[in-house]
Amino acid sequence: MKPAVLTGEHFITGDVACAEGALAAGCRFFAGYPITPATEIAEHMASRLPHVCGTFIQMEDEIAAMAAVLGASNAGVKSMTATSGPGFSLIMENLGLGICTETPCVVVNVQRAGPSTGLPTLGAQGDMMQARWGSHGHYEIITLAPSSPQELFYQTITAFNMSETYRLPVLIMTDEVTGHLSERVVIPEPGAIQLQTRPVPKGRKDRFKPFQPGPNGVAPMGIAGGGYGLHVTGLTHDERGYPCMNPETQAEMLDRLTGKIRRNLKDILLTESYRLDDADIALVSYGVSSRSSLAAVDEARQAGIKAGLLRLITVWPFPEERIRELSRKVKCLVTVEINLGQIHLEVQRCSEGRIPVCLVGHAGGTVISPDTIVDRLKGLLQSLHA
Amino acid sequence: MKYWRVPLDMEEIEVSRGIVHIVEERCKGCGYCIEYCPRDVLEFSPKYNARGYHPPRVKRPEACVNCHYCETICPDFAIYSVEAPPDADPAA
Amino acid sequence: MEKTRTRSEHPLNDLLRTDRIPHIWCPGCGIGTAFSSCLVAVKAAGLDLRKTVMVSGIGCSGRGAGYTKLDSYHTTHGRAIPFATGMKLANPELNVVVFSGDGDLFAIGGNHFIHAARRNVDLTVVCVNNLNYGMTGGQAAATTPSMAKTTTTPLGNPEPPFNLPLLAFAAGATYVARWTILHTRDLTKSIEEALTRRGFSFVEVLAPCPTGYGRRNREKPLDSLKIYQERTITRNGANPAEVTLDFHRGITLGKFVDLERPTFLDAYEKVCSLTQ
Repeated sequence: MKPAVLTGEHFITGDVACAEGALAAGCRFFAGYPITPATEIAEHMASRLPHVCGTFIQMEDEIAAMAAVLGASNAGVKSMTATSGPGFSLIMENLGLGICTETPCVVVNVQRAGPSTGLPTLGAQGDMMQARWGSHGHYEIITLAPSSPQELFYQTITAFNMSETYRLPVLIMTDEVTGHLSERVVIPEPGAIQLQTRPVPKGRKDRFKPFQPGPNGVAPMGIAGGGYGLHVTGLTHDERGYPCMNPETQAEMLDRLTGKIRRNLKDILLTESYRLDDADIALVSYGVSSRSSLAAVDEARQAGIKAGLLRLITVWPFPEERIRELSRKVKCLVTVEINLGQIHLEVQRCSEGRIPVCLVGHAGGTVISPDTIVDRLKGLLQSLHA
Repeated sequence: MKYWRVPLDMEEIEVSRGIVHIVEERCKGCGYCIEYCPRDVLEFSPKYNARGYHPPRVKRPEACVNCHYCETICPDFAIYSVEAPPDADPAA
Repeated sequence: MEKTRTRSEHPLNDLLRTDRIPHIWCPGCGIGTAFSSCLVAVKAAGLDLRKTVMVSGIGCSGRGAGYTKLDSYHTTHGRAIPFATGMKLANPELNVVVFSGDGDLFAIGGNHFIHAARRNVDLTVVCVNNLNYGMTGGQAAATTPSMAKTTTTPLGNPEPPFNLPLLAFAAGATYVARWTILHTRDLTKSIEEALTRRGFSFVEVLAPCPTGYGRRNREKPLDSLKIYQERTITRNGANPAEVTLDFHRGITLGKFVDLERPTFLDAYEKVCSLTQ
């Protein structure tokens, strides 16, 4: 029997690091379906969960996997699934159920190039808008974008913590390159890992209202078998959890679902700045592209271009204020991502036309090289001076 | 009731008796309880409930043997029977 | 009489969310009877009610979960079984009952049904089969008889229906029964048995849908019940391949399958013990 937290130094892939992060975060239920390039997460969970009294099940499709994850979480167990492009599309249905029923869980998307079957073995960042709006209806969601195996380990823990704290599915949007990249990953002592658990109801069980928000906007969560006589539904429901088919209840419910995120942005939004203090041009990037961007900033600086990088760790909710602020400071914003402009649209929106916003991106299948970015920056500088 | 064969201990057998309770406001007037009561205890009431349905009413209270069939066939949790106390007057 | 009417409560009130009754089901709809049977069975089976959970999908029958005081989960269309699977595996102490309709469990959720039966997940699945999609107004389902009229088969259904007990048995269910809402005692007994059996149990309940199906096929609620009375034959232990559901020639009812084999969790625990 191996312990849940494999403290020490490892040389492992991002997929494996993600699985280890989940175990360290207390995940004890994984339901999944094989799909390149996320399969290794399922495989690793399948071999590791039996060691920690957890349960692994390979379901008949990703729809079922997501449903099982929600069922397990409602039974009180931290749960996760991992998938890629086509599977992510199937997950969307029950992702909505997870949002509506405020069920904590983590969904990993190891992105590959699409649309459709696309390039199963090659990376992209083309599902970023699907992560934001892929399930129907209006909602808020938390999405993290790790850029290395080490980060996949830590951000998976963060994702579980946020999902438990705010009671919703949290997405980890990584990509084929990071998922398959082997790097040094340091796993700390269990005591050094901070874990959050969902808010627990207090007071009389018969008076408990399962969707009545607490002080931070999040309702304490009752679990199946806990003696609360819960009713949980994907229909529009009131604080008792009862279906109520009217615009007022719909407005109240959406206010709860979005409010618990919008009111806690300070704790949810994670970004990292690199050499932005005196920058003329700010790169905005996330995931594997932020690694290229980081190298490009140094290269550009050597070439005399005052570049900096804002790395988004939390992509959704979008760090609007940070971009707005940046657009008042620098002369130009450059979004770097492996698609033809998704987060780019958000950067444009938040810069509010103050400065030019450019995209360095392509259709997917390979990473963006730092040289491509630097060349683009050089061209930009010329046009800015012209 | 007509018997094809009369049991030898017919005199000693105590047939249980029941009292039917009707939760009129839940009734949707499907008539299943009336149609399938084995002792023909029920009939439609001429009055309407709040939702505009005719609930059943007890026509032959003395005939109820507390078999609970009305209770189990009712889709609306609107009827049930309880055992009558031994000395109760079913018609009361 | 007035006095006694108000004297006590309906015996299922303790399991009902009485503040939500009357329910949404139409007059003459059989779902309420199937639901009532299910609740009586839950009580009779002697389960710890605090550890008993009802999971439903979408549709008229899917509304069942919302009317019981048990912990209840009203999930997405067709996904009650995988949701219930996750719940049962995460906490094996829970008794998990799936209460849903034929459209939900066998069309959109058909794949989940056969796989849960194959795995022998310890669930009790009660399927109210009303031969059509009632909630959306009476469209053809995977259970609609050939040539029956629905809003999407206005000239008659060109497709044959599933034989649900055969499907359940072939997929691996360890308890399979079919009853109608007229056979309340057998039905309740069957659900009670299903609840106490380990493994994937399946009970099909034939029920009229007067608004969706009955209206278009000239079948009033009492006509449906008459068919259940006159054209059914109970053959416990019948070969599931030979149980018929033909509203003209005959409907086979009964408990067809009752056997034992390791559940998913039994097998998984065995596999996990290999880690030592």
